Amino acid sequence: MDGLAHQIVAGIATGGIYAAVSLALVMIYQATHHVNFAQGEMATLSTFIAWSMIEAGIPYWVAFFATIAISFVIGAAVERLLMRPVQNAPVLTHVGVFIGLLLIVGNATGWIFGYTTKLFPTPFESDKPLLGGLVSAHELGSTAVTLAVLSLVYLFFRHTRLGLAMRAAAYNPRSARLVGIRVGWMLALGWGLAAAIGAVAGMMVAPVVFLDPTMMLGILLYAFAGALLGGIDNPSGAVIGGFAVGVLENLAGAYVVGTELKLTVALAIIIGVLVVKPSGLFGRVVMSRV
Amino acid sequence: MPALLEAKGLTAGYGAAPVLHGLDFEVEEGGVTALLGANGAGKTTTLRAVCGMVRTTGEIRLGGQSIAGRATEDIARLGLAHVPDGRGTFMELTVEENFRLGAYVRRDREVQADFERMWEWFPRLRQRWRQQAGTLSGGEQQMLAIARALLLRPRLLLLDEPSFGLAPLIVQEIFAIMRRIREESGVGILLVEQNANLALELADRAYLLETGRIVVAGPAAELREDEAIRRSYLGY
Repeated sequence: MDGLAHQIVAGIATGGIYAAVSLALVMIYQATHHVNFAQGEMATLSTFIAWSMIEAGIPYWVAFFATIAISFVIGAAVERLLMRPVQNAPVLTHVGVFIGLLLIVGNATGWIFGYTTKLFPTPFESDKPLLGGLVSAHELGSTAVTLAVLSLVYLFFRHTRLGLAMRAAAYNPRSARLVGIRVGWMLALGWGLAAAIGAVAGMMVAPVVFLDPTMMLGILLYAFAGALLGGIDNPSGAVIGGFAVGVLENLAGAYVVGTELKLTVALAIIIGVLVVKPSGLFGRVVMSRV
Repeated sequence: MPALLEAKGLTAGYGAAPVLHGLDFEVEEGGVTALLGANGAGKTTTLRAVCGMVRTTGEIRLGGQSIAGRATEDIARLGLAHVPDGRGTFMELTVEENFRLGAYVRRDREVQADFERMWEWFPRLRQRWRQQAGTLSGGEQQMLAIARALLLRPRLLLLDEPSFGLAPLIVQEIFAIMRRIREESGVGILLVEQNANLALELADRAYLLETGRIVVAGPAAELREDEAIRRSYLGY
């Protein structure tokens, strides 16, 4: 029984990471209607940036926030420099850019930082067992951090003028221009935010899976499964989907398929959702009268 | 004093094919100008040209300031609001959010007062306040589109066929509101309308477009009396 409870709690902790990456995927998807395949590689690069700062003796939380800021700038720059020139190009061009970005960022990370696996510190240490030994300090701390990030993003989109403008630009760029919104900058801002969220996810997951240039590959698949499960056009759905995939993956790994085949669960979810309910569990069907 | 909107030798088109062949027209400060014409005459393209949604040549001045070739969002910030064909509301967002977006560029403190004014002009929108705009009826969506545009506090309002696809009673209601807007707000209006009767009743100036050229221009009252227009567009 204790084992089951622990698997669920650990699933929620990794689910939080997936939820953050799912949310980043959905944010880009809403703005561009494509999935950014390079999301994981960008997050890995961010994590390496944080790692080198910490190695250089900069305190963890300073490095943490500096990395978020740097990642935001990188994300916005990618939109400005790479996506903007092809914004009116056909779908395959975008997919090509995403895949190119994945290869370039992934290999550049390996080239700069090397392919040896590195230890990434956690800021959450505790000698006392938490919740009766059910959960590690890092699991608890990283869940709290991802929940905080997700709530901040939610509040930003729901209750600020800029958040509303970003949603308007994503839903209907033409009308957004008519009310004076600078749509190009909203897209860049969206990419920056997505990269920043990805960076948090990378820094929270690195102490668990260890840091190397391919660290996010599996995570991205789980996150993609989570985003699809919740509905690729629904940010809150993606978050719930991410948590659900985390728990499912952990339970399936512990009791059904074994750890070796865990990734298969993600792929099975992706195919299952696409076949049975392509809009996902919470994918909103927008009503419109014509 | 220059007119609120002044176009001289305005051409525009999609790709290589020009749609407008050198239009000259004006909207007076606080006046209503109607653009009439058959389908495909270039009415919608004229509105798109004014707010920078298509490539243009020629001169366009808003309050004496040249706006030709500027980005749509910059033109909006200069006080030009457009209710395009298809209305340009945000279907996925609520009525309230559409209101807020209408006033997006404004920094003054009178936004709330303007919300209240819109509620008075369009009481139905207040009842639908938290509803998703896509679920409104066609008439309510058109009202929302006009309210959204007026919340910019524009100097000039472009309206593309506000009667399109609506039941006659709803059309009457919308034109009644537009007469009120004209009297109470002092905004200039450039109106494209299939229903020439209604348009000429509201307008003080009118132009008749045929295949991208202005063929008749003058005070609305005169065009109402024009034999050719009466037969072709007014139907009596």
